[in-house]
Amino acid sequence: MNKKQKKMLIRIILAALLMIGLGFLPVSGLVRFLLYLIPYLVIGYDILRKAFKGILNRQVFDECFLMAVATLGAMALAIYEDGDYTEAIAVMLFYQIGEWFQSYAVGKSRRNISELMDIRPDYANVEQEGKLIQIDPDEVEIGSVIVVQPGEKVPIDGIVLEGCASLNTSALTGESLPREVQAGDEIVSGCINMTGVLKIRTTREFGESTVSKILDLVENASSRKSRSEDFISKFARIYTPAVCYSALALVVLPPLVRMFLMGLAPQWGEWVYRGLTFLVISCPCALVISIPLSFFAGIGGASNAGVLVKGSNYLETLAKTKIVVFDKTGTLTKGVFEVKGIHHNKMEDAKLLEYAAYAESASSHPISKSIRKAYGKEIDRSRVEDIREISGNGITAVVDGISVAAGNEKLMKTLGIECISCHHTGTVVHMAIGGMYAGHILIADIEKPTAKAAIEALKSAGVKKTVMLTGDRKKAADQVAKDLGISQVYSELLPGGKVEKVEELLEEKPEKAKLAFVGDGINDAPVLSRADIGIAMGAMGSDAAIEAADIVLMDDDPLKIAKAIRISRKCLGIVYENIVFAIGIKLICLILGALGIANMWLAIFADVGVMILAVLNAIRALFVKKL
Amino acid sequence: MKKTYKIEVDCANCANKMEEAAKRTPGVKNATVNFMTLKMIVEFEEGNEPKSVMEEVRKNCKIIEDDCEIFL
Repeated sequence: MNKKQKKMLIRIILAALLMIGLGFLPVSGLVRFLLYLIPYLVIGYDILRKAFKGILNRQVFDECFLMAVATLGAMALAIYEDGDYTEAIAVMLFYQIGEWFQSYAVGKSRRNISELMDIRPDYANVEQEGKLIQIDPDEVEIGSVIVVQPGEKVPIDGIVLEGCASLNTSALTGESLPREVQAGDEIVSGCINMTGVLKIRTTREFGESTVSKILDLVENASSRKSRSEDFISKFARIYTPAVCYSALALVVLPPLVRMFLMGLAPQWGEWVYRGLTFLVISCPCALVISIPLSFFAGIGGASNAGVLVKGSNYLETLAKTKIVVFDKTGTLTKGVFEVKGIHHNKMEDAKLLEYAAYAESASSHPISKSIRKAYGKEIDRSRVEDIREISGNGITAVVDGISVAAGNEKLMKTLGIECISCHHTGTVVHMAIGGMYAGHILIADIEKPTAKAAIEALKSAGVKKTVMLTGDRKKAADQVAKDLGISQVYSELLPGGKVEKVEELLEEKPEKAKLAFVGDGINDAPVLSRADIGIAMGAMGSDAAIEAADIVLMDDDPLKIAKAIRISRKCLGIVYENIVFAIGIKLICLILGALGIANMWLAIFADVGVMILAVLNAIRALFVKKL
Repeated sequence: MKKTYKIEVDCANCANKMEEAAKRTPGVKNATVNFMTLKMIVEFEEGNEPKSVMEEVRKNCKIIEDDCEIFL
């Protein structure tokens, strides 16, 4: 509670006590009026002042004006009729309670959501004269050495110089599995060091670091307004004056009709009361507050799950996504080569792999690296000699005194060795050991373990069509698509071709179904910005992705796409619920008010009660864990 | 040029009105008020001094909602 809220709470309690107390005093006439004026002014003086200022500034139709007119009117009616001033005071009291609650709830959710996204490091440790001192991360220059102790946040992006530790990246990725780092590894800011002391050489300034970029992005996210928000602010602009004029008509027209056309008593009092009820219902606050609050909570919840959404409008578009287009390499597959199989070998797999690894030991080609990785043991250079790299063909070497050749079919042909070609997709390394064919090693980019589940999850989330675009060869692309259950594949595309294909898909789809493109963000920037919604994956540390995409998945897991869609659906669901619920109840109460069935108390519910319910409902958008 | 200012306002509808008022101020190309983060992002037209424009924006906002504040 801030100072303003505390003061208000005291006023509310004081006015309520006064009003109840006065109920026991047997006074009447002017004294009674003056006594009741005290609680009225205690609770309502600021409203009256604002209303008066509003009139001076020619801003008539604001809610203070409405409340002032309604309560003053009720006071006047009470003088004229029965001397029951409690209604006017109660209306003001409940209105203020509503305002107080709204301010409290909004303040609280503001804090909750910011805490959720609180990855801002407060300080950086720098070593000076053998002692650690804490300084503002903004003051750390590129290339300085900072120290991160267990339990502290990594404040700035950098490279680990010394030490090893497990990092908790959940604030960034929503992933609870810790990540291990050691000397030489890159480290991104925002992670929490859980175990060892790390010395880090910074590679960026604080303002350019991942954590600052993410914070900036999330804080400004709800500034890009969605269509629902625009709709509501337009609606509010029409709604309030419309209700005010209707109230005026309600006060004036029926009595006149009764008097002149029907020859009945005009009943001015009754119709003024109905008009005032109208005014109380007319406040559009429930609508205006709950929609941005829902989006804000949705974006907050999503970022807690490792999905950064750059604006409410994107959350809205994402909820309507019916077509998801994927890039293959790096998105659905790992984008790194791995040994997938060893075929037609005459010796043990491990032995063949050992020979291959030794033959390839001096090469820095990705294929060689993947073979060495699959072998996985230290390489004793003294066992290899006479390595010859035959560019475009492969390598020959002598390992443990035996001649080994590793390469493609051309190499085998020049050596005069017959080889067996492979019917699988991927790169094939044929092996000849001691001049004899020894089988081949199949190397391919492998699918991410969650890729298949991700496609299924998307389908069950209501995505009609999944498409894969790739620059890879047709055979490899078709294989991946078949494995994963993707409905459409376009292969052998140049980078420009991806944009064209996406444009074709955009044209043939119906207007309402939105198309999302998912890429790894490094070379897909033009496609990301061309699609209705661009989703970049694995953004930890990649600036290009954060710039180009509308939605950024902090880790590499494609399953998060379906999760993001479900989060957006839930959020939009809540937004629609609130729009329908708030407008619906208000309309019903307006009708009841016009018919004379609803009294001031119901009107208060329509105003304050609806607002409270809508705010509580909006906060639901924050809870996305189980989606 | 775009600048972000911290604001203080109590109700969401007032925030919308502040946005309107800021947009109408001469020298302002576009303005967005974010009620949830209590921030006003103002894009100025070329050749306008943000400081003097913002004084006007604040004045206009005070007219429509007395109880608001923009921290310049």
